[in-house]
Amino acid sequence: MSRPLTAWIEGIGFLAPGLPDWPTARAVLRGEMPLTATPSVLPAPSLLPPAERRRASRVVKLTLAIGLEAAAHAGADTAKLATVFSASGADGHNCHSICEQLATDDRQISPTRFHNSVHNAAAGYWGIATGAMAPCQVICAYDGSFGAGLIDALGQVVLDHQTTLLIAYDSEYPEPLFAKRPVPDVAGVSLLLTPERSERSLASITVTPSSVSAESLADAALEALRISIPALRALPLLQKLARGEAGEVCLDYLPPMQLKVDIRLC
Amino acid sequence: MNPLLLSAYTVTTCLGRGLDATREALRSGRSGLAPCAFESVQLDTWIGEVAASQGDVLRGAVDAEKLPESLAKYDCRNNRLTQMGLETDGFADRVREAIARYGKTRVGVFLGTSTAGILQTELAYRRRDPETGALPEDFHYRTSHNSFSLVEFTRDYFGLEGMAMAISTACSSSAKVFAAAARQLELGTIDAAIVGGVDTLCLTTLYGFASLQLTSAKPCRPYDAARNGISVGEGAAFALLERCDQPAPGSVLLLGTGESSDAYHMSSPHPEGLGAKMAMAAALRSAGLTAGDIDYINLHGTSTPANDAAEGKAVAALFDKRVPCSSTKGATGHTLGAAGAVEAVICALALRHGFLPGSPGTENVDPAIPVDYLLKSRDGKVSRALTNSFGFGGSNCSLILGVAP
Repeated sequence: MSRPLTAWIEGIGFLAPGLPDWPTARAVLRGEMPLTATPSVLPAPSLLPPAERRRASRVVKLTLAIGLEAAAHAGADTAKLATVFSASGADGHNCHSICEQLATDDRQISPTRFHNSVHNAAAGYWGIATGAMAPCQVICAYDGSFGAGLIDALGQVVLDHQTTLLIAYDSEYPEPLFAKRPVPDVAGVSLLLTPERSERSLASITVTPSSVSAESLADAALEALRISIPALRALPLLQKLARGEAGEVCLDYLPPMQLKVDIRLC
Repeated sequence: MNPLLLSAYTVTTCLGRGLDATREALRSGRSGLAPCAFESVQLDTWIGEVAASQGDVLRGAVDAEKLPESLAKYDCRNNRLTQMGLETDGFADRVREAIARYGKTRVGVFLGTSTAGILQTELAYRRRDPETGALPEDFHYRTSHNSFSLVEFTRDYFGLEGMAMAISTACSSSAKVFAAAARQLELGTIDAAIVGGVDTLCLTTLYGFASLQLTSAKPCRPYDAARNGISVGEGAAFALLERCDQPAPGSVLLLGTGESSDAYHMSSPHPEGLGAKMAMAAALRSAGLTAGDIDYINLHGTSTPANDAAEGKAVAALFDKRVPCSSTKGATGHTLGAAGAVEAVICALALRHGFLPGSPGTENVDPAIPVDYLLKSRDGKVSRALTNSFGFGGSNCSLILGVAP
């Protein structure tokens, strides 16, 4: 009685160290240019009102960048999109500052720091920036966060017939938390998922559970990104999309449960 | 949506451990709030702590809860309360029966939290290496701090190998897990789901809400004209959701879910309650019901001036003064990421046992809010109840529960 978790991809957004956007990532994944090891570059969050722009953290800038890129790629109106945010952690620098201050005698943390500490801070800023009042989910499944976000986003697409923007992302903690959770930099991937095929559709994906090992990437630098940044567990899927290859690819979720993604090109 | 069966459910808050203690407290109008004496916190506020101070109502405080040896790496206050909640009202046994029925890959885990085990990190920051600044060896980020920690703990506790996710949208978290799990049950990707929420007291939320001047120096008074802030609480509440074609009379069902975003401000609700209204309307649509079908509304009712005013406008716009409503946060405190599940279970109690909970602490209902607000608990048949949960970042979720005829 199970209905397939399936959707059409109309837009892709991407940002990672050395890969400032999807066109660059696409070229690197196709082997047309090498990956240059440079820190992630975050565009200014120009869509936010001035007060929120001042308070915008790295994850806020990251999610706006990749979400807007995917929406623009698809020509979609961001104000109408349901969203699924998925991240293994929230704003690491903000979290560190709060914990550091709470360990002192002066525990009066700043109100802005406090409201920025919630796991759904980036989602909240996204709503303020885009005016989107549609449902917004904010998920965490540690290293399996991309897979969890994909499952819920596909659920909304199939069941509610709702175009949904998946924004999977991560950011770094400073020391001393970095030693316990060594995510090296900010990075993320965004997919605009629709229930119907259109002239803008790039491919369809259908996700089913699997117990086989996740596919790795032949390029050592790209594989290092896939392993070290949970959102980039999506890279084997993106590589196939970049190369225009149909077929199956297995992604990490919560071993022993993995996700098999069946890609059909448009 | 097709109605889903809550085949088991349980709740633990400052009112006590389990359904009986919770029902007794709600019916008698007892509050579990007490002046804050948590850890080293020095704030003039009241809190809802799951404590051992109520005799045999609570069989041991949270921190006396011992995790199994094999799961020792998960040890922190939040996972202690998670285990305590799971092992209440026979809930864990019902989960094991479901796993035996459906298999370990077909029972999903969907839990909400706002801060998970952040207290463990706060405490670890007091024990940093004086030379290097490093955190102590015995601090485990993944299994205490991370938002997924309570989900992974629950998954491992039952040896599950299927779908799992944490939802963390501040104070709407554990309402939204019902919606996420309902989607997967409806799609048939799973056969049962453990849904719920766990949040525990920590310095971040206590000092954080104080910094926003959102904590009251008195026990919170939802919808009171003189309300001036929240009382932070903690809690664990769970339900086992399953598809069910022919529910037995008296069974509690999830009938509808509605979600929306305010797109307005990070820590203030939309002043007209627009997002709240959209979430309630979406829940009614999802359940195929109209406002007149609802017998009781469990309000978000945090007791901040802004929340109750905005929510009250939204409720009045949709329900007029026709539907009795109350916030139960004067009894439980605001259990934050656990509030959605705690209040869904409170609705289940109201449906199952025929009563409408009142609002301890509230004395004079704000005349500016035109709703039928219940000060005292009263007996009455409740066939369908709606519960609201709203969070920072403008995250709104309404659930509708009903009882099978």
